[in-house]
Amino acid sequence: MTAKTLGALADVEAATVEVHDVHKWYGTHRVLDGVDLTVRPGEVTVILGPSGSGKSTLLRVINHLEKPEIGYVSINGEPIGVKRQGERLKELSERAILTQRGRIGFVFQNFNLFPHLTVLDNVAAAPVATGRLGRTEAQELARELLGRVGLADKTAAYPRQLSGGQQQRVAIARALALRPGVILFDEPTSALDPELVGEVLAVIKDLATSGTTLVIVTHEIGFAREIADRVVFIDGGRIVEQGPPSEVLDNPRHERTRDFLSKVL
Amino acid sequence: MSEPPGATATLAPTSAADEPSKTLTAQRVLPLRRPGRWIATAVVLVLVAQFVHGLVTNPFYQWDRWGYWFLRPTILDGLVITLEVTAYSAVLGLLGGILLALARLSRSPVLRAVSWTYIWALRSVPLIVVLIFLYNFSALYKTLSVGIPFGPSFFSFDESRLATDMVVAVVGLSLNEAAYAAEVVRGGILSVDQGQHEAAAALGLPKSYQFRKIVFPQALRSIIPNYVNQLIGLIKGTSLVFYVSLLDLFGSAQTMGSTYPGDIVPLLLVVTVWYLILTSVVSVIQFYVERHYARGATRSLPPTPLQKLRTGLTDLRARIRREAAV
Repeated sequence: MTAKTLGALADVEAATVEVHDVHKWYGTHRVLDGVDLTVRPGEVTVILGPSGSGKSTLLRVINHLEKPEIGYVSINGEPIGVKRQGERLKELSERAILTQRGRIGFVFQNFNLFPHLTVLDNVAAAPVATGRLGRTEAQELARELLGRVGLADKTAAYPRQLSGGQQQRVAIARALALRPGVILFDEPTSALDPELVGEVLAVIKDLATSGTTLVIVTHEIGFAREIADRVVFIDGGRIVEQGPPSEVLDNPRHERTRDFLSKVL
Repeated sequence: MSEPPGATATLAPTSAADEPSKTLTAQRVLPLRRPGRWIATAVVLVLVAQFVHGLVTNPFYQWDRWGYWFLRPTILDGLVITLEVTAYSAVLGLLGGILLALARLSRSPVLRAVSWTYIWALRSVPLIVVLIFLYNFSALYKTLSVGIPFGPSFFSFDESRLATDMVVAVVGLSLNEAAYAAEVVRGGILSVDQGQHEAAAALGLPKSYQFRKIVFPQALRSIIPNYVNQLIGLIKGTSLVFYVSLLDLFGSAQTMGSTYPGDIVPLLLVVTVWYLILTSVVSVIQFYVERHYARGATRSLPPTPLQKLRTGLTDLRARIRREAAV
C-alpha cells in the first residue's frame, strides 16, 4: 500500500488490553479458567489453540459480547462492561457497553456484513449512528478506507455481490471506521477459499505495521510467525504458554503446544 | 444453425472409425414431444371457455343490473367505509403486532407471558364474537377512566360517546389483527441471522438503531409476504363490521339486496368484483415493496412485469429470426 497506511488513515491511537483473571462457564462446562493477559499498545498478538480451547470466547470477552462470570477486561485501564463498586464489579448499562464497544474493532469469521446496505453504507453506518461523524464526513472516510483495502470501485455494490475475500476486507474497513484502539480478529480467513486468504492477510499485515494493537485468533501458523510480536497458546481454557514466535512456534516448552503444532504444521 | 464453421470438427473425434459421430454432433438435439401435455392443455381450455360462456350468457347473473349497481353511490360509500376500516386496522394492527412481538422476544418473563396470553386469546376467539362483544361493551362499562387499579382515577370519559360504530369496528379488527401480525413479525425477526445482531452489537450501534436499521429491514423480507396474506384476510374480514351496524361494501350490498330482492345475485357480483380489485391492487403493491426490500438479498433484482415483457419480446424476435434463417 501507498504512503499512508490503513492505521494512520483511521487515526488510531493504539490501546493497551489487559485481561484480569477471567473465568467463563456455560452450566458446568468451563470455557475460560482464569486467563490473565496483557497486550501492550501496538503489539500484535496471535492466539493459537485447538478447537474448543476457548480462544474465540476469550476474544469475545474482550469486547464484552460474552460476559465473564469472574474477572474483567480493561482497555487503557478502563474496565469493559463493568465498573468498580466498592470491592465488587457491577455490570454497566447496555448503552454504556455499546459506547465502549466503539473503541474496540471486531472482525468476524463470517464477515457479518449488513446485506441490505451497500458496501459504502456498511462502513459509514457506525460513525453516523453513534453520532461521531456527519453523514457526508462518514461517507468520505468510508470511501477512503475502502480505497485503502483495494475496493474503491465497489462502494455501490451489495455485500452478496462480492467474493469472500472482498467481503472480509469491507468488514475490516467497517471496523476501522470507528477508529478503534484495538482490533480483534476471530479467524478472519477460515471461511475463505484458499486463493482469497492472501488478500485479507495482506490488509491485516498493513494494519500490523501501522502500529495498531491487534489480537488475532487464526490457524495460519506461517502468518503468525511473520507478523506476531507474541504468540499465546491456549488449551482447556488456560494459557499454556506465551512468548515471541521464535520461542512458542519454534521451541515450544510444553508438550501440549508441541502436540498441537505437530498437527497443524 | 449458426455455429461457426469448424466448431464441430474440433469437437468430434477425427479418426475414421468415429466418422458417424461427426454428423451426430453437427445438429441440435431433438426435443422430446409431449402429447399428454397438449391434451391436458386442450381439455383445460375447453373447460375455461365453457365457464366464461356460462358467465356471459346465463341470464341468472343479470349483467345489466350489475352494470347498474357497480358504481352506485351507496356501493361506493360502502367501499370507502371498507377502505377506511381496512387502512386503520392494518396500521394499528401492525403497530400492535410489532409491540407484541418485541414483548414476546423480550427477556422479561412477565412481558413474554402477557404477550403470549394475548395472542392465544385473540387467536382463539372468532372475530365476530370480538366485534359483537365490543359493540355491547358500552353497556358493560359506562365510563372509561385512567388511574391506578383499585386506587384513584386521574381522568375519565363517557364511553358511549367515544365508541362510534367506526371505532368499535376498527378496535375489534385491530385487536384481532395485532395477534396475527405479532406472530408474523416475530417470525420475521427470528429469521434474521444471529451474526447480524452480533455485528451490530460489536459496532456499538445504539439499540434502537440496531432494530430500526439493521434487524427490522432484513426481517421485512419474510414479514411482507406473510403480512400481505394477513392484509387480504383483513380486507375480507371487514365484511363482518356489517354486524356492528356499519355499512361497508358488503353491508351496503346486503341492505340493497333486502330492498331489491331480485338483484341479490348481481349485487353479490358487484361486491365480488370490488374485492377482486382491492386484492389485485394489494398484490401489485406487494410485488414492488418486496422488490424494494430484496436489495442486497439476491445478486440481481427480479424483473418487473414490464421488463419481463420487454425481454420476452426480444427473445421471441431473436427466435423468429433464427428459425427464419434456417
